[in-house]
Amino acid sequence: MTYKLQFAELLPYWNVLLQGLVFTIVLTMVSTVAGIAVGTASASARTFGPAWLGRVVGVYVELIRNTPFIVQLFFIFFGLPALGLKFSETTAAFLAMVINLGAYSTEIIRAGIEAVPKGHIEAGLSLAMTKWEVLRHVVLNQAFRKIYPALSSQIIIVMLGSAVVSQISAEDLTYAANFVASRNFRNFEVYLLVALAYLVLAMLTRSLLRALGRAIFKAR
Amino acid sequence: MPFKKLLLAAALATAAAATQAHADALDSIMKSKVIKIAVPQDFAPFGSAGLDLKPQGYDIDMANLIGKELGVKTEIIAVTSANRIPYLQTNKADLVISSLGKNEEREKVIDFSIAYAPFFSGVFGTKAIAVASAADLKGKIIGATRGAIEEQALTAAAPPDATIKRFEDNNATIAAFVSGQVDLIATGNTVAAAIAEKVPARAPTLKYVIKDSPCYVGLNKNEPALLAKVNEIVTKAKASGEIGKLSEKWLKAPLPPGF
Repeated sequence: MTYKLQFAELLPYWNVLLQGLVFTIVLTMVSTVAGIAVGTASASARTFGPAWLGRVVGVYVELIRNTPFIVQLFFIFFGLPALGLKFSETTAAFLAMVINLGAYSTEIIRAGIEAVPKGHIEAGLSLAMTKWEVLRHVVLNQAFRKIYPALSSQIIIVMLGSAVVSQISAEDLTYAANFVASRNFRNFEVYLLVALAYLVLAMLTRSLLRALGRAIFKAR
Repeated sequence: MPFKKLLLAAALATAAAATQAHADALDSIMKSKVIKIAVPQDFAPFGSAGLDLKPQGYDIDMANLIGKELGVKTEIIAVTSANRIPYLQTNKADLVISSLGKNEEREKVIDFSIAYAPFFSGVFGTKAIAVASAADLKGKIIGATRGAIEEQALTAAAPPDATIKRFEDNNATIAAFVSGQVDLIATGNTVAAAIAEKVPARAPTLKYVIKDSPCYVGLNKNEPALLAKVNEIVTKAKASGEIGKLSEKWLKAPLPPGF
């Protein structure tokens, strides 16, 4: 087998691929921030909120964690219009990503919250801190420090999983790769390049998150 | 030596086929009172098995129409796209009415009648949208299946500010149209017909044709009498509106202008 690699064939499409890369990065960043916000709120509600709210969060978490991401995406994009809820492919992609990461991070953050000794909470309350102050400074602070590595790898998993949004014509990196492959049939070169791009992106994300973690949780 | 026997049989059959072909096909059809017509069995709406497992579709109706006009019995032979021309060449069929398109290679081995069925890709959309050419797609969103001929043609012809949403496969493109995510799609007329049948509320209407490759009746070369007769029947059926009815029945759309 001799296959002659011809990366030059990809050159005319560099802007398509670059746009895809930018979309994937923005999609990951936005869904990370929003997803973790959803996760923090849900985990706090499940642990400290009223029982009914805990059950609602429970249903949400189980529903999302036990169904395939592509099905959730198709349900939002192709299914919901039947109920009059029509989202563009970009909105649907962002929404699905946030909902998905939100559910997974809920469970990760809840694990961190439960690892905080009860005595710390009682100590905080007895020092006349309000419930919110205890949650913010005693519970979440410690919880995030404990689960930060797990949360980081979940973010990378979601970033890699975002390739699926190409199926609803959201123009991410994988969409760009599929498009180029359908035009010049250089499948080997295109997917090799895009696989490398994801690899670099994942490694960069990890380094970035690690640096961020050091800055946030430094010297305490 | 079963293999040698088989060879001999094949040689004899070929010889027999060759002699038969010399006789005028129209004459022998009229004499035997039977016309054998090859139709598709796997290509709805042109030809597929119905609930009673009998072939049904545009091509079957067309075959019966030709038999009726000739005043002979129509014998339907279900074939696949791969063996429809060999069936003709070996005289197992007098005509092939099997959503057959015309191309150079085929024209070397068989003859074609005038077109009897429209087959084309185009831009389809909901009734309310006014589009008559690629230029009208300015600012519009069109769904298409990535890599399909009509998608590539559309990409080349659409104005720069038209948005083409490319989906992974035909089903996703259909889903996008049916769910209202796009109001225009570039696809084949048979796909549009399938949508119109299953989701009448969003029946796509033709906006303009991208690539036209109508279907022709195929028959053996050197059969001028049969060819003339078939052309006469098709012309008459077009004029009388019979073919328009077939189009409405199976393709859920009137014949395209100029057909």
